[in-house]
Amino acid sequence: MDKTGIHPGGEGVQAVAHGHDPHHEELGFWRKYVFSVDHKVIGIQYAFTGLLFLLFGFTLMMIMRWQLAYPGRPIPLIGLWLGQARAPMGIMLPEFYNQLGAMHGTIMVFMGVVPLAVGGFGNFVMPLQIGAPDMAFPKLNMMSYWVYFVGGVTMLASFFMRGGAAQSGWTSYPPLAVISDGQTMWLIGMIFLITSSLLGSINFIVTIVQLRAKGLSYMRLPFFVWAQFVTSFLLLLAFPPLEAAGVLQLMDRVAGTSFFMPSGLVVSGKVLTISGNGNPLLWQHLFWFLAHPEVYVLILPAMGIVAEIIANNTRKPLWGYKALVYSVTFLGFMSFIVWAHHMFMTGMGTTMSAFFQTTTMIISIPSVVILTALLLSLWGASIRFTTPMLFALAFLPMFGIGGLTGLPLGLAPSDIHLHDTYYVIGHFHYVVAPGTIFALFAGIYYWFPKATGRKMNELLGAIHFWGSFICINIVFMPMFIQGLAGMNRRMYDGGAQYAHNAGLPLKLNLVIGMAAWTLGLFQIPFIINFFTSIFWGKTVDRNPWEATTLEWSTPSPPGHGNFLTEPIVYRAPYEYSVPGAAKDFSPQFEPEKA
Amino acid sequence: MNIPYTVEERPDTGLTNGKLGIWLFLASEVMLFGALFSTYIILRTGAPEWPHGELNILLGAINTVILITSSVTMVMAWASLKLKDWAKHRLYLIATFVLAGVFLVNKYFEYKDHFDKGEGPWHSTFTAIYFTLTGLHGLHILGGMIVMLYLIGPGARLWKKNPDQFANRIEATGLYWHFVDLVWIFLFPVLYLL
Repeated sequence: MDKTGIHPGGEGVQAVAHGHDPHHEELGFWRKYVFSVDHKVIGIQYAFTGLLFLLFGFTLMMIMRWQLAYPGRPIPLIGLWLGQARAPMGIMLPEFYNQLGAMHGTIMVFMGVVPLAVGGFGNFVMPLQIGAPDMAFPKLNMMSYWVYFVGGVTMLASFFMRGGAAQSGWTSYPPLAVISDGQTMWLIGMIFLITSSLLGSINFIVTIVQLRAKGLSYMRLPFFVWAQFVTSFLLLLAFPPLEAAGVLQLMDRVAGTSFFMPSGLVVSGKVLTISGNGNPLLWQHLFWFLAHPEVYVLILPAMGIVAEIIANNTRKPLWGYKALVYSVTFLGFMSFIVWAHHMFMTGMGTTMSAFFQTTTMIISIPSVVILTALLLSLWGASIRFTTPMLFALAFLPMFGIGGLTGLPLGLAPSDIHLHDTYYVIGHFHYVVAPGTIFALFAGIYYWFPKATGRKMNELLGAIHFWGSFICINIVFMPMFIQGLAGMNRRMYDGGAQYAHNAGLPLKLNLVIGMAAWTLGLFQIPFIINFFTSIFWGKTVDRNPWEATTLEWSTPSPPGHGNFLTEPIVYRAPYEYSVPGAAKDFSPQFEPEKA
Repeated sequence: MNIPYTVEERPDTGLTNGKLGIWLFLASEVMLFGALFSTYIILRTGAPEWPHGELNILLGAINTVILITSSVTMVMAWASLKLKDWAKHRLYLIATFVLAGVFLVNKYFEYKDHFDKGEGPWHSTFTAIYFTLTGLHGLHILGGMIVMLYLIGPGARLWKKNPDQFANRIEATGLYWHFVDLVWIFLFPVLYLL
């Protein structure tokens, strides 16, 4: 197992001397790669499954974009495969458009980004960065992955059920969600995904609290670990209310209760025979109580990744490490009391609106502090423009645009105009697509050498970056214009039936479509790069980026048990360019020379 | 490879991994039931009228006594382990398991009564929240019983190999069991009495 023990510089001798875990040498294929309890294998499983779901969710969107760019024209290539129930003669039905929209959101958030950012990077990197031999509960870790897997399969299977997949948006507002097809499978899938996240978050918190290496105090933790720590608390405390809400909606669908169903509801001209007296707004409160913290679950690990890469490639300590830590903690607390800014249009009253728009303005402060600290870290640095750094640098303005365009949505008066338009889509996609997903790409390029022992190709990386960067801005920037013009975000024909969309807003759909498909093409260099580099990439030793954190003290890839000798931490995480030091980086694991 | 602090406590935190883990799990459970109790409050305050006297208070009270007793026997099961009294530990753990079973049997008769009258969860907002809350609580009882069954059966072998770890497992199970008991102590007045 431990080929990596043979290493220049005498480490091979060390590995043999330590025996490096002789009990686990003889694991078979299934226990080693499929039902593994090693956090690194589980991390890679999470990351790979997450990437596949990201690609699948993006494909759904590329199909939707065809319908928006050319309403009513047959979908090329795959149109005829979709079948009579979805696209007769290759022309998309409105119901199928709704399914694609709902599943795009669900897949991207719950099955793509979170598993990749938390399950993938958190699992692989965090225990290495804190000097732990594994997660605190390795078997629970394996179970988290497989519960997630079952949830993912349930969601995919829902496309093939009678009536198709869920079609009420990723938010699944009742009463619509309760009376439309496909929702039951969505709810069952969500309960699996939520359970997986809960188990994972417990494991993460216990690992960070209990398994930190000797000398690694909280204020010496790499910022990535802090980000994962806060993220885990958000998952732990915000997800159970959605699980409760999911159970209640499932009861509404399966047991005929009326938790979210008001009295006297008329569907297709018939009064529903239900007990009634339910409260549709209750779902929205329970849903957004999770889903707003979920936004921070999406963004915090991304900030953690970017912070690591910026410190490494600027060869400077992070500017304001303590401010970053306090901000991320404060952000975590605040994220629990901003949820109803998604509900200004529900008529919940001005007192409530005033409260939630105040908290929303407050929560923007720590976000700005984090962004500013990362930006100031660049000041006066001689930057290494590696592929991970390109993506990390792009994250800053992209997240900046996403964050700033969010302010008008957080204020009730301006939200009334912008709510449910393409402006909202532009806003949150700037946060999660060129924001979070770019940070995740940065993380893949950055930690790929640690996971495989080989570097990814820089030229293909640069093509992937510049192509994606340009295309993704052409996709999302026009949406602000469409939204300000009042184009509704859920129109199956792109809003052609409304006069105010005629002219520029409608024409932009074609531009966005072209850019989205080109963006798809620019992912091909990444896919080629990813697979060829596993086998033919340039081999690296343990610290190819000359970085300071603990994961770079072990062989690439690390064996089961991670560290050859017990790691001891001597200093803060980002001691780059220390005056008087022999080299421009002083790793946490190197003792002070007296 | 051994994960540190599975049995012994980490000096600076004073915790074993399992103990921190079970407390975090209970924190998430508080949020789960917290959301359901909030649902109850919102539905009840928004309802034009709320039914009274729908439930069998006697059976509910008996079940409350049973669960509190089972919490006591659970503590005794853990305490006798610490006193190295294996026979007593077995007795108390099995007693806890049996009490949990009796609770569920009582619950079955209560449910049957409602279904016989045709008043399932679909009947009214009250029956909806009643069946959801007690049903989910019942599932938690069932989950606890499965864990206890494991600790009475194949899991008991750990006592010979690693008595401290076994005692930790009983303690964690106990913490969970007290929580399930606590939820019922809220459920009983909220659903039966108020």
